[in-house]
Amino acid sequence: MYKILKKQKWSDTIYSNWIEAPFVAKAAQPGQFIILITNQKGERIPLTIADSNAKEGWVQIVYQVVGASTLELSVMNEGDSLYAFVGPLGIPSEVENFGGKVLIIGGGIGIAPIHPIAKKLKELGNYVVSIIGARTKDLIIMEDKMREASNELHIATDDGTYGQKGFVTNIMDDILKKESEAIKDIWAIGPPIMMKMCTRVANEHNKQIWVSLNSIMVDGTGMCGACRVSVGGKTKFACVDGPEFRGNLVNFDEMMLRQKQYCDQEREALMLLEEKIRRQASNG
Amino acid sequence: MAEKLKPAERLKKDRVPMRAQEPEERINNFLEVPFGYSLQEAIEEAQRCLQCKPPYCVAGCPADVRIPEFIEKIIEEDIKGAFLEIKKTNALPAVCGRVCPQEEQCEGACIMNKKGKPIAIGRLERYVADWARELNYSDAKKASVRLNKKVAIVGSGPAGLACASDLAKLGYDVTIYEALHKAGGVLVYGIPEFRLPKAIVDYEVDQIKELGVEINLNYVIGLTKSVDELIQEYDAVFLANGAGAPSFLNIPGENLNGVYSASEFLTRSNLMKAYEFPNYATPIRVGERAVVVGGGNVAMDAVRTAKRLGAKEAIIVYRRSRKEMPARAEEIEHAEEEGIKFELLTNPVKVLGDEYGNVVGIECVRMELGEPDESGRRRPKEIKGSNFVIDADTVIVAIGQSANPIVARSATGVETNKWGYFVADENGKTTHPKVWAGGDIVTGAATVILAVGAGKKAAKSIHETLSRQ
Ligand SMILES: Cc1cc2nc3c(=O)[nH]c(=O)nc-3n(C[C@H](O)[C@H](O)[C@H](O)COP(=O)(O)OP(=O)(O)OC[C@H]3O[C@@H](n4cnc5c(N)ncnc54)[C@H](O)[C@@H]3O)c2cc1C
Ligand SMILES: Cc1cc2nc3c(=O)[nH]c(=O)nc-3n(C[C@H](O)[C@H](O)[C@H](O)COP(=O)(O)OP(=O)(O)OC[C@H]3O[C@@H](n4cnc5c(N)ncnc54)[C@H](O)[C@@H]3O)c2cc1C
Ligand code: SF4
Ligand code: SF4
Ligand code: FES
Repeated sequence: MYKILKKQKWSDTIYSNWIEAPFVAKAAQPGQFIILITNQKGERIPLTIADSNAKEGWVQIVYQVVGASTLELSVMNEGDSLYAFVGPLGIPSEVENFGGKVLIIGGGIGIAPIHPIAKKLKELGNYVVSIIGARTKDLIIMEDKMREASNELHIATDDGTYGQKGFVTNIMDDILKKESEAIKDIWAIGPPIMMKMCTRVANEHNKQIWVSLNSIMVDGTGMCGACRVSVGGKTKFACVDGPEFRGNLVNFDEMMLRQKQYCDQEREALMLLEEKIRRQASNG
Repeated sequence: MAEKLKPAERLKKDRVPMRAQEPEERINNFLEVPFGYSLQEAIEEAQRCLQCKPPYCVAGCPADVRIPEFIEKIIEEDIKGAFLEIKKTNALPAVCGRVCPQEEQCEGACIMNKKGKPIAIGRLERYVADWARELNYSDAKKASVRLNKKVAIVGSGPAGLACASDLAKLGYDVTIYEALHKAGGVLVYGIPEFRLPKAIVDYEVDQIKELGVEINLNYVIGLTKSVDELIQEYDAVFLANGAGAPSFLNIPGENLNGVYSASEFLTRSNLMKAYEFPNYATPIRVGERAVVVGGGNVAMDAVRTAKRLGAKEAIIVYRRSRKEMPARAEEIEHAEEEGIKFELLTNPVKVLGDEYGNVVGIECVRMELGEPDESGRRRPKEIKGSNFVIDADTVIVAIGQSANPIVARSATGVETNKWGYFVADENGKTTHPKVWAGGDIVTGAATVILAVGAGKKAAKSIHETLSRQ
């Protein structure tokens, strides 16, 4: 079980794996995530379901190597099996036919989780306007799939190496200035700071916006409270009450502080693992 | 075979103490604290039992363990026989012998309690179960009859395991669905290694698997599959998903970095083995001073874990007095020996943090005890103006658990009460004819042995119902 059926490298730090997980594939819906453990000593890491196929029994994940666990995952090969893989977790996106346009914003690795939402919204008959962005051209992923899932696709890079130079929020602001009325709902997924900025723009235009909160998690089923976030002044568990919330109500600053909770330990773990991988490489 | 003492001699003898790791030593490791009896010690303790007819002790055990019978076998030095007696009714003896609040259950009901010297039933049960495990002796065999009826169990805690064990022995095809990557429920994610070594839980789980029970890990009922689907696929469903949602204090500062629910803190340490970080990948942070809020077993486990993870000072903050603390007597004693500080009659009002969002302290207020409340315990009242601050790097909230709604959400026709617990009668029957429920998800957070008892009653009731069909 949980065999890596296929693995692709999309950039220096971004990979995609297709995992054999028939029960998860059968139940998966847009907006939901899984938790996996690479090996017996691994930690539980949450990753969004980028795509799934109930008939063939696989789930696709897209991940960026940011620390020890994602590095560990990236060095596993096709044919290897993960120690654990559980899902689908969280509440699915509230998608329906809104009878108009929807605005979809994906930043960096956030393009992967936003893709199934865009796809579903289009299937349901919405006119999907998408904006994807990243620091630089190499980090723009899934462009073709996003084009397919959208009626209109805009691209932004911070350094201007591809698409429009600047942030996704610039394009978002332009669109809302022109057709705020026509936009029925908005989704934004990406780094917390991007989601915070998108929410600010949405607020300026008096629009509601969905964001997907990637808080630190352990069990992912509402048992531990590690993932708690303040939404509308109340404490919510991102894993069971979310991960999607109305950004307008989210306390992003608290969430960003909470994400840094284990910085020191994470750095230590990453260094040790890098050292181990280097040793293995030089031995074999 | 050891000698049988005359009743008068039995009354004169004291409880045989259990040897344990010295406090100074054990706060530096996660090894089990008490060592357990030797055969000689077990026999000596067993000899004190009066073999009452009817036995008072059994009335205090929710699993109806055949206490005088198994104790008699110990005196006869027939430990295998003792083991078989226990296993007739209790699938988890090594666990129960260690974690039951015996002073309120079997030992609380023992006639020798009148003299303040109840028989150490838990320690004897533990001795017998450990004997079997150490010799790899197993009585598990697959039922010879196959009933060709399928039962699904949600949750692999003590309630689910006990129910699975009884049904498998009767010849049912039993499948357990467990959300986590390891079976055992609170026994693996909550109760620490130094109190309940995980190898023991694994062994008792393996014994249940030997009976033919299938355990599907990484499977969240309500998300991977709904209860409604289980009802379609199986002849009966037993819901034993525990009371796994942590309660918080709802005071300012509770989302600061360094504030944990006890569930998170213990899950990181026990299930994920954060105490072996970075060899195991899950991190945990404790710092120099850890404050744990609460007075139950969970609070004791958290504070003693914090101490072992390197906190120089580990402090319990509890709003009533020591007498009202719900933790097992032995845990409180062990905590005291380990240098845990107790701030009793103290209640937190605010968690204090620095500009980086890290905890630096907890503001508390002193309490006094007023009139008794519904539970009969005297209700604590704030003493106005008595606020003070305890410095802390870590604050762990251990004030209880509540019902997690994931399972109930996916179960049509299974009624819950206003707190989200399943409504079930004394046999575990819910409002749905194919669904039973038991353990913490019916009673609210309780004890291992009550969960075992609930699992057994449900198994019996499921068997009665399915036999009639
Ligand atoms: C619901 C959800 C969906 C997610 N989907 C994706 C996805 O599709 N692709 C992807 O690349 N990443 C996703 N993430 C983030 C991903 O879980 C983390 O990047 C990963 O856990 C980091 O582990 P690490 O050991 O490699 O890095 P670490 O060394 O642990 O951490 C590096 C950085 O990641 C953050 N982080 C650490 N642990 C977690 C955690 N458990 N959850 C969230 N952030 C964490 C830290 O704040 C730190 O800044 C998602 C997170 C959540 C909660
Ligand atoms: C830290 C701590 C210390 C304790 N100490 C003691 C003690 O010393 N003595 C004592 O007698 N009692 C003690 N208790 C209480 C005792 O552990 C519980 O009362 C008992 O475990 C309840 O058993 P259960 O089977 O009802 O539930 P649990 O043990 O909670 O097991 C429920 C299982 O169901 C799983 N589950 C939950 N949701 C789902 C889902 N949607 N799908 C699939 N699986 C699911 C959970 O992951 C878990 O494995 C302690 C509790 C804690 C937390
Ligand atoms: S199961 Fe618990 S209550 Fe029953 S005899 Fe054993 S220790 Fe006592
Ligand atoms: S009540 Fe006490 S003395 Fe009597 S049989 Fe039970 S354990 Fe022995
Ligand atoms: S991750 Fe444990 S409650 Fe959300």
